[in-house]
Amino acid sequence: MKALKILILVLFAGILIYASSDLPFRGDPDNLMHAEESITGTTVKGNYFIQNAYRDTRTPNMVTVVLGDYRSIDTFGEQVVIYTAGLITLLVLRRSRRRGK
Amino acid sequence: MRDQFQSPIVLLGARLLSPYIMVFGWYVIIHGHYSPGGGFQGGALLAASLLLIRVAGGSKLAELQIQEFATTPLAVIGVVIYFATGLVAMAAGGYFLDYEALPIPGVEPDWLRYIGILIIEVGIGLAVMAILVMIYDNMVRGEDYA
Amino acid sequence: MIWELELIIYLFLALSAIVALEVKDLLVAVVMMTIFSFLMALLFVAMGAIDVGFTEAVIGAGVTGILFVVVVFQTSRKSND
Repeated sequence: MKALKILILVLFAGILIYASSDLPFRGDPDNLMHAEESITGTTVKGNYFIQNAYRDTRTPNMVTVVLGDYRSIDTFGEQVVIYTAGLITLLVLRRSRRRGK
Repeated sequence: MRDQFQSPIVLLGARLLSPYIMVFGWYVIIHGHYSPGGGFQGGALLAASLLLIRVAGGSKLAELQIQEFATTPLAVIGVVIYFATGLVAMAAGGYFLDYEALPIPGVEPDWLRYIGILIIEVGIGLAVMAILVMIYDNMVRGEDYA
Repeated sequence: MIWELELIIYLFLALSAIVALEVKDLLVAVVMMTIFSFLMALLFVAMGAIDVGFTEAVIGAGVTGILFVVVVFQTSRKSND
């Protein structure tokens, strides 16, 4: 059983390493995601964010601008997910304490 | 931990370290426009400073900081700050979460978006801090580990 | 970043993961998982994703460690022997 576990782990690691050999090099400016136009001919949206983030919001940190302004409804959904997780711990765990006493 | 006595060295270390972590958390939230960080990371740092006192000092000491019943309203306040910003912008004539329509007189649109990002970062920080502390408080079920 | 340093980080990453899987004591496994999170945060920063590394260091190494320790002590057997 242990040999089978180690065999599965090694096989999975081999698959991951083989798949990662097809990724583009880190920091290469000729990557597809850094191009102005994708291979299907449409414009890449991240290009607009990089060029206009400071002019739109006067904020130098581009990550904050994308998370808080351009994609703010996405961040709102993320916060609602965290809030729901807290409420579920409130509902599931707090009742058992009252019953135990 | 269950049958061990309280160590004064651990308590002293936690009490020394906790205020500086809290100040760094507020710095990460407020200064998120210029340096890496933001609402989520700063809120997690604030929660870490509160949880350090709760783990090391027990609930007697933690009652002096934020009591157990106060965490749920803080989480609601954090979510409502975010949602109300979007609703105010929508009531003032823009889209939902469109900070350029916020009704603050005498500020140009790009600086309005700057202020809007700052407001929602504070909301995210409050909500994340309160929810992480709330999960810990519900998990220990009133038992003391100190 | 220097690639020798990244190789050392990768080796320690695999080592801490194997120890966390194989060890008997659950507290040691929790500590090994926080070490894994810290090394992961170092790798994220080395790749240029500073925000992701910050989040990983705070959440994975700080808050999750505390929550796992609470779970370990909640589920351990209460015996006075």
